[in-house]
Amino acid sequence: MGLSTGSGAANGAVFGARQAPSRRSVALVALAALVYVVVLPVTFADSPYVLRVLATASALSVISLGVWLTFAIGRINIGQGAFALVGGYATAILSTRWGISFWLCLPLSGLVAAAFGTLLGMGILRLRGVYFAMITLSLTEAVRLAFLNGGDFTGGAPGIPIIPLPGELSLLGLRLIPGFDTVNTHLALYFLAAGLLIFSLAVVWRIATSRLGWVFRSLQQNEELATSIGIHVAHYRVLAYALCCFFGGLGGAYFAVAQQSIYPSVFGVPDSIFFILYCFLGGLAYVAGPVVGTFLLFIAFEVLHALQEYQQLIYAIFMVAVMLWLPDGLLSLRARRPTRKTPDEPAAEPARENPS
Amino acid sequence: MSLLEVQGLTKRFGGLVAVDDVSLEVERGEILSVIGPNGAGKSTLFKLITAFLTPTQGRVIFEGEDITRLAPHVIARRGVVRTFQETTIFKEMTSQENVVVAHHLRGTASSLGIFLNNRRARRDEAEFWESAERILDELGLGSVKFELARNLPHGYLRGLGIAIAMAARPRLLLLDEPFAGMNAGETDRTLDMIRGIRDRGVTVLLVEHDMRAVMRLSDRIVVFNFGAKIAEGGPDEIQRDERVIEAYLGREDEELGV
Repeated sequence: MGLSTGSGAANGAVFGARQAPSRRSVALVALAALVYVVVLPVTFADSPYVLRVLATASALSVISLGVWLTFAIGRINIGQGAFALVGGYATAILSTRWGISFWLCLPLSGLVAAAFGTLLGMGILRLRGVYFAMITLSLTEAVRLAFLNGGDFTGGAPGIPIIPLPGELSLLGLRLIPGFDTVNTHLALYFLAAGLLIFSLAVVWRIATSRLGWVFRSLQQNEELATSIGIHVAHYRVLAYALCCFFGGLGGAYFAVAQQSIYPSVFGVPDSIFFILYCFLGGLAYVAGPVVGTFLLFIAFEVLHALQEYQQLIYAIFMVAVMLWLPDGLLSLRARRPTRKTPDEPAAEPARENPS
Repeated sequence: MSLLEVQGLTKRFGGLVAVDDVSLEVERGEILSVIGPNGAGKSTLFKLITAFLTPTQGRVIFEGEDITRLAPHVIARRGVVRTFQETTIFKEMTSQENVVVAHHLRGTASSLGIFLNNRRARRDEAEFWESAERILDELGLGSVKFELARNLPHGYLRGLGIAIAMAARPRLLLLDEPFAGMNAGETDRTLDMIRGIRDRGVTVLLVEHDMRAVMRLSDRIVVFNFGAKIAEGGPDEIQRDERVIEAYLGREDEELGV
């Protein structure tokens, strides 16, 4: 499979030699964060369209980060749309029927999706390669149909309308977050999506660079070997999948409140495929890969709207070009520069006796 | 009590009997080799002991406990660890990272603990890195510890495979054809490596083709043919055994068509 995730050197810098990240990369991350959290929202505070595009890209990134985690254990997951849908419906049902605050619905939606993923994962994660990909693909469709035919519980094809915007969040009389309808709603949604993305990226980064990430990668590289050294392979791949679904549910919950409605065709098979493309485009070896991929592709897609019928064509050409010339994703451009640190020690001494 | 007892182990694949009612014992601290022609069922026996395959019949007893129906990762945790025939390693990690990951079963921190990097996780990790370094040095791989495993010269790969297994702190190490494809120099080094492992208190069971290496290394040898044990004894005994010679060379008259 052409799924070479993670050059050991790139990942090893954190877990491995435990070097502090270079000053340049810290500065770069700080700058990006500043632009993302301050400059962009201030600049575009009065342009709902731009804010909506950016917020949508952020929430889609959250969902893609989940997919990236299943790539990390060596599985191609084309079922993430299903879990976004589950998360969206969880928020819709909890908030409209039971009047539960969005701030509680949000984590619950993630957990419901994760629980659903755990149950399914225990069955389907035994499959690998194209078989796993196919079954997750059908899963997207199956879940969509389940919501379509869920009767009164899911509201059928029109789904569940009039989902309230996130209300006020206060703790001990202290107002932490104002009700979204009392402020610039688009800006509030932007910050919600941004907060979700920062949280998700931090969590996934921590997983990927901790020993947990190494266990995941060991499954990706050789499940048999991992088993032979006592790693409970089934346990960790279900864990990775549940985490993936959690982020799917989180993203779904966002879209439910941002659009104030949810219906079965919000996330379909094409969306599930897009999440994979986002990961590929950004680069599977990098935690930031899915985020970079999502922003680039999603924004490119919006920009190309102007071109009407040529939109799809240009889009397709762009994708093919990236796959051909940058098979390890856009972020590999940056990694190509000599960042391959081989700590002090020289490279391997030449083979003493070369067999045959 | 023997360290490992195999009792009447049988594995059938459809009509084919790959391992046929095999019983053997591995004593503590010895190097026991299983030899036999291609397709004699040696590798299947290995997979049965480590639960990578489920036996049709028979039992595997390790330290007095029946481990026949346990999951492979549980068996590894009990101290029965195998290596693989080919270059089975984590290719996209450095040698050292390979060995660090292989310490996993010695970890005391939970997944959440690892995520939060609590004290246990930090202690585990520090210990793993130190131990990995030691294992690599002991096995003569210190010079390639920062190399990506997929870039390693061929001669180092099997050593790395053994280093990975050693990280799991085995009491019984099963080596699957450790000398395959090696030249004389590499064979000598690997012989020393395996003796060193035994001297550290690890019992070794190995499956091998290379008769000469086996004769030099083993305390005892078990000979397989057509899935069944046909002889057992010290190297000298085995070399003189008629059945063994026959199994390996065929009957002289048949071979010559006389």
